[in-house]
Amino acid sequence: MSLLSIKNLKARVEEKDILKGFNLEVNPGEVHAIMGPNGSGKSTLASVLAGNENYEVTDGEVTFDGKDLLDMDPEVRAREGLFLAFQYPVEIPGVSNVNFMKSAVAEVRKHRGLEPLEAKDFLKFMKEKQQLVELSGNLAGRSVNEGFSGGEKKRNEIFQMAMLEPKLAILDETDSGLDIDALRIVANGVNKLKSKDNAFVVITHYQRLLDYIVPDFVHVLYNGRIVRSGTKELALELEEKGYDWIKDEVAAEA
Amino acid sequence: MAEENALLKEFTEKEYEYGWSIDIEADQLPKGLNEDIVRAISAKKNEPEWLTEWRLKAFRYWLTMEEPTWAHVKYPKIDFQDIIYYSAPKKKPEIGSLDEVDEELLATFEKLGISLEEQKRLLNVAGSNVAVDAVFDSVSVKTTFQETLREKGIIFCSFSEAVQNHPELVKKYLGSVVPYTDNYYATLNSAVFSDGSFCYIPKGVRCPMELSTYFRINAMNTGQFERTLVIADEDSYVSYLEGCTAPQRDENQLHAAVVELVALKGSEIKYSTVQNWFPGDKNGKGGIYNFVTKRGICAGDYAKISWTQVETGSAITWKYPSCILKGDNTIGEFYSVAVTNNYQQADTGTKMLHLGKNTKSTVISKGISAGKSNNSYRGLVRIGKNATNARNFSQCDSLLLSDTCGAHTFPYIECGNKTAKVEHEATTSKVGEDQIFYCNQRGLDTEQAIGLIVNGYCKEVLNKLPMEFAVEAQKLLSVSLEGSVG
Repeated sequence: MSLLSIKNLKARVEEKDILKGFNLEVNPGEVHAIMGPNGSGKSTLASVLAGNENYEVTDGEVTFDGKDLLDMDPEVRAREGLFLAFQYPVEIPGVSNVNFMKSAVAEVRKHRGLEPLEAKDFLKFMKEKQQLVELSGNLAGRSVNEGFSGGEKKRNEIFQMAMLEPKLAILDETDSGLDIDALRIVANGVNKLKSKDNAFVVITHYQRLLDYIVPDFVHVLYNGRIVRSGTKELALELEEKGYDWIKDEVAAEA
Repeated sequence: MAEENALLKEFTEKEYEYGWSIDIEADQLPKGLNEDIVRAISAKKNEPEWLTEWRLKAFRYWLTMEEPTWAHVKYPKIDFQDIIYYSAPKKKPEIGSLDEVDEELLATFEKLGISLEEQKRLLNVAGSNVAVDAVFDSVSVKTTFQETLREKGIIFCSFSEAVQNHPELVKKYLGSVVPYTDNYYATLNSAVFSDGSFCYIPKGVRCPMELSTYFRINAMNTGQFERTLVIADEDSYVSYLEGCTAPQRDENQLHAAVVELVALKGSEIKYSTVQNWFPGDKNGKGGIYNFVTKRGICAGDYAKISWTQVETGSAITWKYPSCILKGDNTIGEFYSVAVTNNYQQADTGTKMLHLGKNTKSTVISKGISAGKSNNSYRGLVRIGKNATNARNFSQCDSLLLSDTCGAHTFPYIECGNKTAKVEHEATTSKVGEDQIFYCNQRGLDTEQAIGLIVNGYCKEVLNKLPMEFAVEAQKLLSVSLEGSVG
């Protein structure tokens, strides 16, 4: 059974149709890359899957680990093991990372029938995961994303992902705004977290990230639909030729 | 957004958790106010002649005054003849061990969540240091840890006891910061105050524990007029906390307290308040009118006074804890979180009066408004003509949780000395949908998210509270906002 199954998903924002019949199957252990030109619906897909209320689903169904995803509140989706690494991580002034993650981890554990971690174990766990993305020791005391550089914010997303141990992680343009070093750190983090039981959907505009996080499948999203699927060679082809030839082909087919 | 609105609506429907009242036999004077009542209160308390006279002077002066109307609050006219000015639990427990306290009273404190038992346990087990004086209706019922304090020469007792046992101190300082002519409610308090707390820290002594007072209005139609006087002698230090709750009743109840702080040369007084009087129900019915005068004077050089307040209760709050910076190099601080929900109204802030040279003041005010409430900051910074090199920094932030609430800022600055530096910053923001969604995506429900965001917003102020109470205040914020707490 697939971990994530999206069938004929249609969604709109502010009266504008963005997703127009989107299909995708993701199995445990797989990495899927979703590429596409600006405005093709990539970020909408991420927002809809995470349950952002500003997006209205008008048709289709999504099952996650056998359950109806669209029926769940955003926090339940998170607790069920769906994680979104935000393209623009949000600042929460005055709330320390340690406090934020302690609350979040406790909720996810509760959902799985586990007791909250002891303070000592929690801090140890946090330290480990921090090292994964090379975030400095004073992260715990700093406010969530406040005063973080662009690169730090993205690394913090991956750190949070590591803490929450999701079944499915959606990375929404995690590579945007990263220099090459930060990109490598982020990708390393993801690769270390990859297992046969979890899966990743990597949304990106550029092929660059896929040099580091090697996808099993590459899909091209255009005008709200997947118009091409292939392996990582497809990404290389896109890098070389741009998106225009896809647009032309789609136009010809129509 | 729909969910957020539903939740905010739920906040509005949040009921008051401390709304019980208990049957403790009370010794009451009849309703109403006249010279006989004032004399009767004084007689009940076996007061010396000078104090009776002082009360009467205040009462006569009060008769000539008008109820003030300048605050940004609305309420029906108060009938001062419809209030009971003295109500005391009949069984008056002796000061001593906790066993001697009326069981029902103890149960009351346990319901408050801050039982004397727990305070005592904390003291023994965790090394936490809290001494409690509890004012129940009008009378102070219990002061714990007398002995530990006595060893240091610290006096911490009910106001009535102070009048009996330390009349010279009371006579010297009563009304020295807030004169009986000060304002309508302070004058009323001067005439009819029934009890309160008194604290004196001798020269060079650092009070080894937090001193704490708990106020509760229990009886119906009762006004609470307590009087607190804290004197820190030269080079001493004390941290003082007051907490307040009241039962849930349909009629409004009046609370008009006066707090006077005197900080002599080189001393420091830290005064923290967690105020959770009954705010009225979700339709705005009932609740406490909290009309309080709080003022401290840094009388000697290098003295420091800091006020920290977390205000979540009361139908109407009207108070401006202030500092008179008389000595040179003195410091005044005001840290405030004021939460209003439903139909609550708060007009609160501070006055920093710089008289001495090199005086410094800091004002951090965080207002949080929800429901249909109104939250105003009103502050005055006055730099006197001799206050060379005085400095002030004020920051007033407002956080809005609904589209139907109001936040207002009324800062007044009067600068009489060219060398002074006065800074004022103000911001208004709404809890961001994006922040809430971000928290949701990490597994937190919207209620938890708002609790977290609000607590983060208030952190600067909460950090100023003594440890024991910071946790309580955080909980209180959650409760008053989250329909369950934050």
